[in-house]
Amino acid sequence: MSAPLDRDAAISIRGLVKTYGERNAVDGLDLDIRRGEIFALLGPNGAGKTTTVEILEGYRSRDGGDVQVLGQDPATGGRRWRSGIGIVLQSGAGDSQLTCLELLRAQAAYYPDARDPAEVLELVGLAEKAGARGRALSGGQRRRLDVALGIVGKPALLFLDEPTTGFDPEARRQFWSLIRSLRDLGTTMLLTTHYLDEAEELADRVGVITGGRLVEVAVPGELGGRQTAPAVVSWTEDGARRTTPTPTPTAFVAELAARFGGEVPDLAVTRPTLEDVYLQMIGQPA
Amino acid sequence: MSAPTSLPSLARVFRVRAGVELKEFFRQRESVVFTLMFPVILLVVFGAVLDYEIGGGVTFTQYFMAGVIAAGILGASLQNMAIGIATERSDGTLKHLAGTPMPTAAYFIGKVVQVLAVTVVTIAILLVVGVVLYGIDLPSGTQWLTFAWVALLGSAACTLLGIAVSSLPKNGRSASAMVTPFALVLQFISGVFFRFDQIPEWMQTIAAVFPLKWMAQGLRSVFLPDALAAQEPAGSWELGRVALVLLAWVVVGLLLCVRTFRWRDRADG
Repeated sequence: MSAPLDRDAAISIRGLVKTYGERNAVDGLDLDIRRGEIFALLGPNGAGKTTTVEILEGYRSRDGGDVQVLGQDPATGGRRWRSGIGIVLQSGAGDSQLTCLELLRAQAAYYPDARDPAEVLELVGLAEKAGARGRALSGGQRRRLDVALGIVGKPALLFLDEPTTGFDPEARRQFWSLIRSLRDLGTTMLLTTHYLDEAEELADRVGVITGGRLVEVAVPGELGGRQTAPAVVSWTEDGARRTTPTPTPTAFVAELAARFGGEVPDLAVTRPTLEDVYLQMIGQPA
Repeated sequence: MSAPTSLPSLARVFRVRAGVELKEFFRQRESVVFTLMFPVILLVVFGAVLDYEIGGGVTFTQYFMAGVIAAGILGASLQNMAIGIATERSDGTLKHLAGTPMPTAAYFIGKVVQVLAVTVVTIAILLVVGVVLYGIDLPSGTQWLTFAWVALLGSAACTLLGIAVSSLPKNGRSASAMVTPFALVLQFISGVFFRFDQIPEWMQTIAAVFPLKWMAQGLRSVFLPDALAAQEPAGSWELGRVALVLLAWVVVGLLLCVRTFRWRDRADG
């Protein structure tokens, strides 16, 4: 096993193992997430993402390894520990007859140092829905209510499990700015998502998990060596599309420009997107 | 980091949960109609249809009053808890709560307050309707005391059983499909709709396993003149045994709850 647990980190994991029957759903996972960081966990379904996160949230037991979340083992975390974390579940917070404001007030009452429920509704953009019950909300509004419930206790660490599934692009952008304002308030966030643009937009670092292991952790721009990966130059010549991978795209384009004596038809220079390197990492053809 | 602020007091969280549970119940039309109004409708219909004397100048409606109150308690506790908690488990409410610092006890305190409120309201409506429509004789003197302990003990036993049973079905809808017919059959064989002494003996034996029969019997001692105790299969109200069986169910129910209660859906790993 590698280094000891990092006691200053928001989350520190060493050699985490979770077994279902014969299969290791999580198979020796190491990770540190710094305080104040937004970390995105990426991985295909069944890779061990949800299992890992639910162990960190204290929902599941582990079969091996050491875990610390906010300085405590989640398996034995009590009310005090729970009041430091906020959880936005994939499944949401359930159905209720209560209004948004009533739900938030009840939730706030479980925490020692909660935010003002009305201000939280404002923050997630649901102020005008304060008196509405859950069933009167649209899908995106419900999700924002879930987030409001997750943050009203003023958690130092927030878990967000696929928070924007089912959002339209507009709602997703609004949600992103909400997450950024939470970061500005100092909240550490662990985000799982299927949307790579979301991870790239929000995360300080991303980790890719497959087969129960973290295969890489990097800042989004450098995952899989993206920043030094060969660029692909493409253009149209003699009515056909041409593409050439090159480590020196600038020189290559200058050459092309000289050859064409001016504009190169349909010129494009691309580098692998996060999605390209991600799909390659998890063994899918891009 | 500043000094940690203290966690909210248990009393405060209990109060909040009680408020949540009351709103959840009384704002949901389905639960109000099925749990609260169903026994009232039964009383109105049966009181009008089964308008005969069962001896000693006592009407069947007076007899039915004890049964329908017992059925009302069963609905407010066992059916309400089994279906309500199964629904909260399958829609993620329980998992969400388990992720908060809400103390576990607060959840159950909230449920108990809900059951008590629904039970009291149900009984009050039944008594008013019984007196106004059918001239029911209200209990008197120490009968109120018997009324109180039978209702309380029966409701405690059925609440615990309901919580335990809520872990069996897959979701709220299958809970309803499972518990509603069970409760109905139990009502038929426990002396709610018919005189208990006129039910085949083997059915009486089955009914005697469950709390409803004992609740109805205890409440008959409250609503019927003592002379009618002779009509009971045992020849008396057996109040001691009523207390004992209901207490035994409280213990069994509690053990079952502790062993079987789950915060998450089975489909959820």
